[in-house]
Amino acid sequence: MSKHRTTRLFERELVAEALKQSFIKLNPRILFRNPVMFTVEIGCIIMLGVCLWILSGNRSQGSLTYNILVFAILFITILFANFAEALAEARGKAQANSLRKTREETPAKWIQTVGEIFVNEIKIVPSSRLKKGDLFLCEAGDIIPMDGEIVQGLATIDESAITGESAPVIREAGGDKSSVTGGTKVLSDKIKVRVTTEPGESFLDKMIALVEGASRQKTPNEIALTILLAGFTLVFVIVCVTLKPFADFAHTPITIAAFISLFVCLIPTTIGGLLSAIGIAGMDRALRANVITKSGKAVETAGDIDTLLLDKTGTITIGNRKATHFWPAANISQQDFMEACVLASLADQTPEGKSIIELAVAQGLSAPSLKGGEENGMRFIDFTAETRSSGVDLPGNIQIRKGAYDSIHHIVSKAGNPFPDETTEKVKSIASNGGTPLVVSHQKKVWGVIELQDIIKPGIQERFDRLRKMGVKTVMVTGDNPLTARYIAQKAGVDDFIAEAKPEDKMNYIKKEQNSGKLVAMMGDGTNDAPALAQADVGVAMNSGTQAAKEAGNMVDLDNDPTKLIEIVEIGKQLLMTRGTLTTFSIANDVAKYFAIVPALFITSLPSLQALNIMRLHSPETAILSAVIFNAIIIPLLIPLALKGVAYRPIGASALLRRNLLIYGLGGILVPFIGIKLIDILIANFF
Amino acid sequence: MNTEILGISITFILTLLLAIPLGRYIGKVYSEEKNWPDRFLAPLDRLFFKLSGIRPEKEMNWKQHLTALLTINLVWFLFSMFILMNMQWLPLNPDGNPGMSADLAFNTTISFVSNTNLQHYSGETGVSYLGQLVLMLFQFISAGAGMAVCAVVFHAMKERTTDKLGNFYNYFVKSCTRILLPLSIVLALLLVFNGTPMTFQGKSQFISLQGDTVNVSRGPAAAMVAIKQLGTNGGGFFGANSAHPLENPNYFTNMAECASIFLIPVAMVFAMGYVLKKRRLAWTIFGVMTIGCLLFLLPSVYYEMKGNPAITQMGINQQMGSMEGKEVRFGSAATAFWSVVTTVTSNGSVNGVHDSLTPLSGMMAMLGMMVNSFYGGVGVGFLNFYIFIIIAVFISGLMVGRTPEFLGKKIEAKEMKIAVIIALLHPLLILSATALSSHLYAHDPATYAGWLNNPGSHGFSAMLYEYTSSAANNGSNFASLGNNTPYWNITCGIVMLLSRFLPIIGPLAIAGILAKKKYIPQSAGTLKTDTGTFGIMVLAVIFIVAALSFFPALTLGPLAEFFGMK
Repeated sequence: MSKHRTTRLFERELVAEALKQSFIKLNPRILFRNPVMFTVEIGCIIMLGVCLWILSGNRSQGSLTYNILVFAILFITILFANFAEALAEARGKAQANSLRKTREETPAKWIQTVGEIFVNEIKIVPSSRLKKGDLFLCEAGDIIPMDGEIVQGLATIDESAITGESAPVIREAGGDKSSVTGGTKVLSDKIKVRVTTEPGESFLDKMIALVEGASRQKTPNEIALTILLAGFTLVFVIVCVTLKPFADFAHTPITIAAFISLFVCLIPTTIGGLLSAIGIAGMDRALRANVITKSGKAVETAGDIDTLLLDKTGTITIGNRKATHFWPAANISQQDFMEACVLASLADQTPEGKSIIELAVAQGLSAPSLKGGEENGMRFIDFTAETRSSGVDLPGNIQIRKGAYDSIHHIVSKAGNPFPDETTEKVKSIASNGGTPLVVSHQKKVWGVIELQDIIKPGIQERFDRLRKMGVKTVMVTGDNPLTARYIAQKAGVDDFIAEAKPEDKMNYIKKEQNSGKLVAMMGDGTNDAPALAQADVGVAMNSGTQAAKEAGNMVDLDNDPTKLIEIVEIGKQLLMTRGTLTTFSIANDVAKYFAIVPALFITSLPSLQALNIMRLHSPETAILSAVIFNAIIIPLLIPLALKGVAYRPIGASALLRRNLLIYGLGGILVPFIGIKLIDILIANFF
Repeated sequence: MNTEILGISITFILTLLLAIPLGRYIGKVYSEEKNWPDRFLAPLDRLFFKLSGIRPEKEMNWKQHLTALLTINLVWFLFSMFILMNMQWLPLNPDGNPGMSADLAFNTTISFVSNTNLQHYSGETGVSYLGQLVLMLFQFISAGAGMAVCAVVFHAMKERTTDKLGNFYNYFVKSCTRILLPLSIVLALLLVFNGTPMTFQGKSQFISLQGDTVNVSRGPAAAMVAIKQLGTNGGGFFGANSAHPLENPNYFTNMAECASIFLIPVAMVFAMGYVLKKRRLAWTIFGVMTIGCLLFLLPSVYYEMKGNPAITQMGINQQMGSMEGKEVRFGSAATAFWSVVTTVTSNGSVNGVHDSLTPLSGMMAMLGMMVNSFYGGVGVGFLNFYIFIIIAVFISGLMVGRTPEFLGKKIEAKEMKIAVIIALLHPLLILSATALSSHLYAHDPATYAGWLNNPGSHGFSAMLYEYTSSAANNGSNFASLGNNTPYWNITCGIVMLLSRFLPIIGPLAIAGILAKKKYIPQSAGTLKTDTGTFGIMVLAVIFIVAALSFFPALTLGPLAEFFGMK
């Protein structure tokens, strides 16, 4: 499987870069995008003014140290929030850069068209000089300089630089596997490639831009959440502003520092500070899973997917059908039958044919009978659509054939030989179990049946189970006939299947699901998949797929791994959950902060309110400072959670809500009580 | 003491039990299904439809509903202003009461149009019988309008995609003729049989044993009392409201009137369950509302029955509980019960003086109005609750890893914006109006001395209560506030107006927008809103959003008073 790159959360270089960025992000014009933190910045500036006012001789606002402390803590709060965002950006960028590094300047064999007659001249240029539409040549040992599409030739390519998968893959012109990626290496043969992207506009470049913030758009859900948070902020603006006349009425002077502290503590700074970091981290997690997303929205939508369209081959089953059993006919020995099967398959290069030999070897067939070839007088008969069988003629005119039931039946009955009933029975029972029977004849007599079966990937049932608990319906897409499809669907545990699928069937299925209000995800690689990829709410194109497929989808999977869809759904869910839980946590924190600050505001003039000081905080100053300090340090403490995401458990929505409500809701109420009290005990020594 | 608790427990439980079948009945009315009293009632609404040219089968989208609601309210507003300012020469004025000043008429009209019934006048001397009848009419139509909007929202919540949400006038007329009118007749009859007057004759005169001549105000009271209780209006016939012996003669009428306060609000929740065929959701919402209500009710009853510590310190026996401002025929528990029930629903009728409640009970009454959705006003209570559901759905939807959806509709930025504005509006209006008054008073106590009988924390509570009551469209008040001045009439009028119509428009708009969205069928990953866990979430959202934003203000008012008494 793919090699998932890991970076430690607080890598030194990343932290250094993030620290620098957290100061740059203090610029109000940048901070304005985040209404919660922007108001904190305003509060911070006011506190700076208050400190200057005290320096110039004012005595009504308390000691200078205290005011400077409040100012400093607020300043640090903003820095922490900026740091969270900057760190997420730095991590995303580092991740993207490590992919981009593979495509640094490499010499490219540019095919120049000279003159009006197309004389091709090969010129070595740096890869950055290649433009969209240019052609270049790659031979064995060359690093492919740019993303492109093969227009001529076939090559084996080592894509381990991108996917981490060391087995070479074959890419060839035409068909669905014509894309090559810059940075990968040609191992054999020669290909002519057309550049498909302008320099700086590849998917990876676009993704880096998304992470860097310049072109980062807030996703619809992020906007809605920002509105909610802005609403909370406004409520507390009202609460704090109206408190001034209330306090005047009660003849209770309240310092500006206390007002601003109350305000900053009450507004949801925790989630406000971490919100964009959470979004970036979501894209970053996708990238870590080797998926390039074209927008943040796609990741978010992935969490909502109701229906997953999965190709059978490669996703549900391992590659192709495999031989699983030899069923010799009566009075044919197992050994003889296996030998005949192997001989009939020696020249068969299809995966099925190879699997017959593999199975025979696994069942102990000795090596000598595996030897064969034209030099021994063997004549191999290839499969043709006409005969629908293949096999071998051995010296001495011994014919061995293997093929579908009706074709062998035809051969056997034409020769006037009987077709044994028990073989017919076997053929039927294999077919009804989702397998494919291959009948083998020897000298036009039935020798037995080979059973071919689809091998369902180990562990795939559990994954589908997990998806079902998430509420995601899985649909298997296959070219098989409905009977076989139903059998495999049942065995693998998918909810539905499309048999004998044509590209338009996928499209129709997607449209049908969408009309009933569902969100659909699919993966595809071929050009004929492109419309469906575009129609699907989440379309993941394989990196090996055609350019059209990659343009149509909203994600590209570098690993070409069809099971990746499942991972993508979980990343989307994690992203939303992290937002939800941190919002809950942030708002729940307010309960304790109220109880820390409100008594502190009034205790001097209304001593009886000491009863509300349920945490028994040392003094009004320490109470307020503890609350703002808690408010500040909770942000960096939660950065790991924001970047890694809350773990998703497929236990059903209600159980999940209960669990998260207990941890982040109840926890959010209790933690600040403990935290504020502890901080108060610490700083009480200095006051 | 135990009989007192028994009395209120029976009232509480009986009302809830009655509300279940009533909810079914209301649900059938709004679903256009047959009910058994249709035989008598259907001709009545057909008459109205014929008279006014309403075609009840013509369906409207949410914007047309809104236009209908606002236009008829404007007509009523002008009509009422005219009557109230010209009562001196209009008929039905046997006691020769004068017309109202413009600012008082403005306040009173808004107050009745908005279902608040904050009364800065006294019924005996302030209005003629014609005025009372007009005000009574408003008690029907303001309640009916609230219920009609609620019915629209019920239909919008159905699992389908549409912008056809029924006919506003149809819901409105039927709310009055099929629900409010029959119930009012039953309650009015009960009251008449127990001694509440129902006459157009002027004051009655008698000579007391001491030889004094006593004039007793009377009038068409029973009819008005019935609808003021049932329609969460609260605008009493007499100044003393249901503490007045003619308005609420005995413990039995007290039970009946008290039950009528929250009967329809509770029934509306079950009606929603019926219309949407979602009984579990109805029970979840009912559960949250009941728990919330009990959280205010229990401390209030406890502190009233315990008595006022300041009076205990004076050596006065308080076996009956804190009896200051309470009627002996009801006792402390029944008064505390009423005070909470009348504030959690936006009724505002009283059977005792809220000014005299012990500080924490006063705070419970205020919290009831600050939340304003534990049952809440007829129709509008559910609308307020709907906003909290939307916010809770948004946060908890995220917590289960899906973009939030409620009853199969996605909640996005637009709906969130409206929900947030509405949730914000209530604290904004209450706190800023109180702040303005505090500011004026604090900087010039001499000029505004007439406002407050108690300048300390209790005075602050009185101002906070007045605006809370206006914003919650409740209408009860702390009597120690001198509120019949242009300043209070106008500021309260504005608060009432904004906090009546915006919180109706908001949920209507959200529901209308959601109704048009594509319906997404439920899956295992969908957040279920009819579970206890989600109920807790809503309760938490209500407390943190609605209650906690008032914490600093409450600290300076009732809490300071409470702790200061010890």
